[in-house]
Amino acid sequence: MSVTKDDVQYVANLARLQLTDEEAENFKEDMNDILGYIDQLNELDTEDVEPLEHVTEITASKFREDEAKEPISHDDALKNAPDADSDYFRVPRVIE
Amino acid sequence: MPTIANEKYEAVIGLEVHAQLLTDSKAFAPVSSEYGGAPNTQVTPLCLGHPGTLPVLNENLVRYTIKMGLATNCKVAEKSIFARKNYFYPDLPKGYQISQYETPICYDGHIHIELDDYDKRIGLTRIHMEEDAGKSIHDQDPYHTLIDLNRAGTPLIEIVSEPDIRTPAEAYEYLKKIKQIVQYLEVCDGNMEEGSLRCDANVSIRPRGQEEFGTRTELKNMNSFRNVERALTYEIERQIDLVESGGEVVQQTLLWDPNKLETRQMRSKEEAHDYRYFPEPDLPPIIVTSDLLDEIKEELPELPDVRFERFVKDLGLKEDDAEILTESRYLADYFEEALDILDDPKAIANVVLTEVLRVLNEKSISILDFSITPERLTELIQLKKDDKINSSAMQSIFNEMLENGESPLELAKKMNLIQVSDSGFLEPIIEDVIESNPDEVKRYKEGKKALIGFFIGQVMKESKGKANPKLVRELISKKLELN
Repeated sequence: MSVTKDDVQYVANLARLQLTDEEAENFKEDMNDILGYIDQLNELDTEDVEPLEHVTEITASKFREDEAKEPISHDDALKNAPDADSDYFRVPRVIE
Repeated sequence: MPTIANEKYEAVIGLEVHAQLLTDSKAFAPVSSEYGGAPNTQVTPLCLGHPGTLPVLNENLVRYTIKMGLATNCKVAEKSIFARKNYFYPDLPKGYQISQYETPICYDGHIHIELDDYDKRIGLTRIHMEEDAGKSIHDQDPYHTLIDLNRAGTPLIEIVSEPDIRTPAEAYEYLKKIKQIVQYLEVCDGNMEEGSLRCDANVSIRPRGQEEFGTRTELKNMNSFRNVERALTYEIERQIDLVESGGEVVQQTLLWDPNKLETRQMRSKEEAHDYRYFPEPDLPPIIVTSDLLDEIKEELPELPDVRFERFVKDLGLKEDDAEILTESRYLADYFEEALDILDDPKAIANVVLTEVLRVLNEKSISILDFSITPERLTELIQLKKDDKINSSAMQSIFNEMLENGESPLELAKKMNLIQVSDSGFLEPIIEDVIESNPDEVKRYKEGKKALIGFFIGQVMKESKGKANPKLVRELISKKLELN
């Protein structure tokens, strides 16, 4: 399986990235290199190997106690927003 | 059996139900997830998707989900993981929703539903944990969408059924059962109108006898039990008409419009799904130890089906009555609290099912907000049992008790409704009634014994409802025999 430039543009679009033609070309090559390496890994027999989802050995069987603490202040919450009114975050209108 | 009479086709329906959990804090942040705070006041940097924050799993998200799993006969995965569901929308500040994908914590369960003339088992594919998004407000500012992130990170479970449902009526019963179970477990308030229970449906049709599924559509935005039933009925009929007229069902997502009572297509943009799930690296795998599982099993309350059986078998209630009483856990609790004080299931059931439910319906309130405590209700029933008041007096006192906190006995005295069992008081009235109705007396003596009711009624009226009807009957028949 190899990646086409359309695949690259599709993935870029899902990530809200705008790529120039040249960038898309470069990414296509990079991605094909990565997939080539995966193909190489696929030569190994992994039939009896559990998938590894996390690189640490930590598992959670103890969890956070269900307790509500103080939230941050409303002013702090909106402080870093590019746009807000007195109550809400404000973003460009989503539906017409 | 099916509500949509169609000999040729049957519908295949699967439901996805989202339930908002009644935890004290959010799924991954220690801040309240309660409804109704001022906008953007119940947030932490994590809820806002700020860089450098890390999620920490709320133990009650795990516990409540397992509770629901056990109550619906699911298997519980010893190990499961969270996954990121990636999409861009302004009310999802991280750019992904933390959910579960390949390994739900609960799977392979079932529940039973009852319809008018048959029972059915509906399989549950899975129950998984996830977080809610924030709220987008489109109609307050003409140029902007406004975002409230209080709800962002609220814990949800998604309950996915097998495509075992065949009719809108079955879907309705299934939802009712899910609502009943989450309420019994106290993991969700079950309020569909307020969005704490939400339902999407997958619907297809196929010729009867065919194994293979037809092309399905997905229905969204059905915000009440009735709307689910209506939307499914509409959609099934639409699909049958389409196929019958030579068309083909197109796989798509449809929105139910509760005002126009029809479905409409979602715009393709809203539909473009490619979520690129991958394991959530910020949360370790969830391990459910056997200790935890045992602990949760211990905590499980008596479930509705079991309670219903007990009410019928042990308390001797009629099936219909037991069904209404157990429909809501809180009504059944109320009934049993009264029963703890006064051991007369039928008398209590009678008052709860008639008077109490009438008031709840009239005022559209829950039993939790009902003003008469079980203690006071039993005092009232006891007055009746002791023959201190008669049934119509009981009803008047009950109505007065709704607003008045005095004891039923005090009220009975004040309202002058204490039943008079004093024959010295009753006899003159009875004599009066007999004297002023000679025709009826004659007919009674000629054998029309049913007229006794007429005499009792007259005496009750003359005594202003205070007479003990049993005693009145006795006295009157004695008098009439002698006359």
